[in-house]
Amino acid sequence: MLCRLNASAQVSNNSLAENKAPFTISTPAVTDTSDYKLRKIHVDEVDFVSSYYNQNGDHSAVTGGIGTEKVTDVANGLTLNLVWLNKANNKNTLEVGLGFDYHTAASQAFVSKTGASSPSGTRIYPSLDWTVENAKKGNTFGIGTYYSNEFNYKSLGADLHFSQKTANKNGEFSAKLQGYFDQVTLIYPSEFPTLSSADYNGNGNGSGDGRGHHNYGSSPRTTLAASFSYSQMINSRLQIMFLGDVVTQHGFLSLPFHRVYFNNGQDTVEHLPSSRFKLPVGARLNYFLGDNIILRTYYRYYIDNWGIRSNTAGIEVPYKVTSFFSISPFYRFYNQTASKYFAPYEAHSPTDQYYTSNYEYAKFESSFYGIGFRLAPPNGVFGWQGLHEMEIRYGHYTQTTDLVSNVVSISLGFK
Amino acid sequence: MIKGLIKGIAVVALLVTATSCVHLKEYQKNRLNDSEMALGNRKVEKNELNFESYREAASGANAGKTGGGCGCN
Repeated sequence: MLCRLNASAQVSNNSLAENKAPFTISTPAVTDTSDYKLRKIHVDEVDFVSSYYNQNGDHSAVTGGIGTEKVTDVANGLTLNLVWLNKANNKNTLEVGLGFDYHTAASQAFVSKTGASSPSGTRIYPSLDWTVENAKKGNTFGIGTYYSNEFNYKSLGADLHFSQKTANKNGEFSAKLQGYFDQVTLIYPSEFPTLSSADYNGNGNGSGDGRGHHNYGSSPRTTLAASFSYSQMINSRLQIMFLGDVVTQHGFLSLPFHRVYFNNGQDTVEHLPSSRFKLPVGARLNYFLGDNIILRTYYRYYIDNWGIRSNTAGIEVPYKVTSFFSISPFYRFYNQTASKYFAPYEAHSPTDQYYTSNYEYAKFESSFYGIGFRLAPPNGVFGWQGLHEMEIRYGHYTQTTDLVSNVVSISLGFK
Repeated sequence: MIKGLIKGIAVVALLVTATSCVHLKEYQKNRLNDSEMALGNRKVEKNELNFESYREAASGANAGKTGGGCGCN
């Protein structure tokens, strides 16, 4: 949705067979004899993104804010874009996505007190999005759906999205309404066997099957979000975008296998309120400096009713070595205040109403920096015509909580 | 804090107004249409955004996840 300005400028060759091109100079207004082909559904693009992530730290939430946070994760996503024109010459895009992740997390083994739980897991997440673009009116309308399945969490999501260009095509307003209807599997630490078979803050109805397997119950978590953005071309080198979300969550917002140790030595599981309201607002500003250097900047301010305030600022400076090859160093700074429900290991009082020792809610700062490479030669990457774009990116992340991680990603775009 | 936020938005709005958007013809948009100028996340950043949403409490306003959809908050 964020790429509408460029995307719209780039789709004109395909989508405007019988219309005058409203905003390109490269497309002559000629009759396209291949129009009948455009009406047929065809694969426009296939994107593949794969990442390897590792991290280390000493504040795992599973063990109450102490203990290893060692994680490795391999995430893979494939997106297929199918395009066709309908009778009104509106461009239809069907985006079919499929993601598959595999992770190992050392702390996950300690859901069992003895460290005997499985430290690995998988996640699979298909998605479907249908967008209709009316080039004459400069608007798009779409619907999407999403599903995610992992052992301890299931999610079903749906969204509606809409965008409208300004009359002069230099600005665009976008809106998206999203809903996620999730189920948190009630897997409690092994020292709390009674919790796993009882209702707890929801619809849990776990039971054993007598063969060493456990039918865990689950509890719902609902997220409703409205996202808005407005982008504007300021001049021939500068464009900006303002973004804002209004997010509300209800249901089981804790994770049941996160331990908390009170200051009297007694342990329990994380307990957080059953509702949360989030309000992030942000802006992007991109500037083309000279002929080869681009400044891509981002800022976000975030506030929620759990007491967290956060700032995120990022800058990326792509340098175009040639028209088709760029190198992009980047830096991102992030800080947040602590949630009013957070306290470290053995710092909570048993009289506290809500409590967590998950360092995601602690006060900290983080830095993320690295470099990316983008290759998009006209004759295809490595001379392979089908592979029109390749991006590789490496980043190193550090938190003042001593959490450190590395991520390397590759993106391949096929036409 | 809210006052600071409102001030920040006001300053940005003022800057935008002051620069008074120029009406651009299509032939003046060649730099803006460069793929590096896209006002959005890169495709290759997709998984990075997921990792950030697991490690940090703030999310949203970046066309990524706003919460829900995964075991993160």
